[in-house]
Amino acid sequence: MAHDSLSFIFLNAALMNNFVLALFLGLCPFLGVSGKLETAGPMGLATSFVMLVSSVCAYFINEILVAWDITFLRLIAYITVIASAVQLVEMTLKKFAPALFRALGIYLPLITTNCAILGLALFQTFKEYDFLQSLVYALGAGAGFTLAIMLMSGLREKLDLSDVPGIVRGAALSLMLGGLLSLSFMGFAGLGGGH
Amino acid sequence: MSGSHEIRHAPRTSPWPLIATLGGVAMLSGLLVVAVYQFTKPIIAENQRQAVARAIGRVIPGAVSNRAFRVENGRLVPAGPQARGEVIYAGYDVKGRLIGIAAKAGAQGYADMIHMLYGYDPATQRILGFEVLKMAETPGLGDKITTDEGFLANFPLDATVEEGKLRHEIVTVKHGRKRNPWEIDAISGATISSRAVGKALNASAQRLLPIIRSQLDVLRRNGPEAGGGKR
Amino acid sequence: MTTVTTKGGRKKEEGITWDVFAQGLWRDNPVLVMLLGLCPVLAVSNSAVNALAMGLATTFVLVSSGALVSLLRHLIPKQVRIATYIVIIATFVTIVDYLIQAISLDLYNALGAFIQLIVVNCIILGRAEAYASRNTLGRAVVNATGMGLGFTLALLALGSIREILGAGSLFGIDLFGKGFEPWVVMIMPPGGFIVLSLLLVAFNWINQRLGRQIEQSEGCGHGT
Repeated sequence: MAHDSLSFIFLNAALMNNFVLALFLGLCPFLGVSGKLETAGPMGLATSFVMLVSSVCAYFINEILVAWDITFLRLIAYITVIASAVQLVEMTLKKFAPALFRALGIYLPLITTNCAILGLALFQTFKEYDFLQSLVYALGAGAGFTLAIMLMSGLREKLDLSDVPGIVRGAALSLMLGGLLSLSFMGFAGLGGGH
Repeated sequence: MSGSHEIRHAPRTSPWPLIATLGGVAMLSGLLVVAVYQFTKPIIAENQRQAVARAIGRVIPGAVSNRAFRVENGRLVPAGPQARGEVIYAGYDVKGRLIGIAAKAGAQGYADMIHMLYGYDPATQRILGFEVLKMAETPGLGDKITTDEGFLANFPLDATVEEGKLRHEIVTVKHGRKRNPWEIDAISGATISSRAVGKALNASAQRLLPIIRSQLDVLRRNGPEAGGGKR
Repeated sequence: MTTVTTKGGRKKEEGITWDVFAQGLWRDNPVLVMLLGLCPVLAVSNSAVNALAMGLATTFVLVSSGALVSLLRHLIPKQVRIATYIVIIATFVTIVDYLIQAISLDLYNALGAFIQLIVVNCIILGRAEAYASRNTLGRAVVNATGMGLGFTLALLALGSIREILGAGSLFGIDLFGKGFEPWVVMIMPPGGFIVLSLLLVAFNWINQRLGRQIEQSEGCGHGT
């Protein structure tokens, strides 16, 4: 697999350099919304959706910024445009797809300030991906995020039944779980580097 | 404009103050950013130039000055130090003679892309060594490619050009199996990282070295950049 | 110090007190109690130098955006305040990004995109919304400095532990000599999660010993 082939970009974003477990992006929802499996799934889907939208936005903004040679405004442009785009998508969904809105809607405002979204936009710019590659990168990142948050919530549902000492309960325990998950995801490193 | 019907919907006042605030803040922030950008631009450019010169000095021993060339449709065109696109660097000694060429190469390693700069000696047609610019290889394992003495002893590496391509592909072989001067002996325990080095060098050399060889006179003629390019 | 209106009634003093500064150091430490801005905390704490640089950069953004928000607090209409804060924060992050590039390219390369990701660090927007927009310039700056220092200290502790265990050195200085086999996983991603988790346990234990009740929030209390 060549490093710029679409399948490699997808796997790289989803597994080898998983956004949550290897790059530490999107930890807030990873710790905050991973209590139950039934909320973790929609959260993952909503995040993937926003990632896709912001990836497209970021690609075109960057084209404009580079063409006018004003790349020093990149960060300000990304964060404002992504935030407004998500808001627009939210309003559109509410009007035209109320069922989808009810499923994803409550998560959308939370996601805008999620660093995985801005991180995705910045990384695809630094890696100089073209439009299709950026899209696939966003899909991979979303799939990886969904996978991580669902695994985490599965583990935490089990742990609810066990007896944990008081000082470890809560965030410390979640982080320890995250560490173990991250350790197991390290096994994916090296995938695609062989030939 | 404001004030006529603000009782029914309390937050729904005239939009103009809002737009004015956003516009004002945007102006202010634009001003600040541009000021800092203008102030730091020459310093950052100088930092980058020094970093490039340091790396070139390491991969071409004895190089004290350099000049960047852009690769355009199989030709080499002299470029400024800030050139975009694919760039190679010609390294010159104290007297301004061409003693080597530095080019960038990259391949997927164990964790992420390994980006490197390698030095090529046109007189002996060998790759002199490489310097990692950026990598995320496992500390203590993959990152041995920059420190392992046995691995660094692979260089100089044969890269003879014949009929527009390398006579022998540069390949990484298993630890202890190196027989020929164009083979790279892998580090045992860091095979994937070692292979990435071979793959990166081979891909870049196959493409760039024939161009460089056919245009050595361009590199000689232009000489080191006046004033700039010094370490 | 004249127009402070405190509603909660817990803090009546209106000047710049020790408490304004110390709030962020321990009782409301952004990392250990509020669990805010964890992304950069874990990502760049693989060495003490990176941790310190990241902490100071974040402190700079916290203080300067806090100051500007506090200065403009009577001019910004309520409806667009979040948008305005984000633009202000993004401005200072861009500035710090260029300053670090000018100071040291090596440091800039080590921190990577995480400098720019300071923008979405919830501490900064949270402080702008919850504190700077309601307090005088002096109090806002002092409070932001305390929060920034609390963030930096927690980050530095994490970075030092990870560097000592994972590389056998501190600030790049070798500590144990050749006999020490570094515990490499500590400077890799899992080590970040595990060391922070243990740090939280230690923090909880100390507070329990001191008889204090500190409720850790889980995940981000988003600024909006």
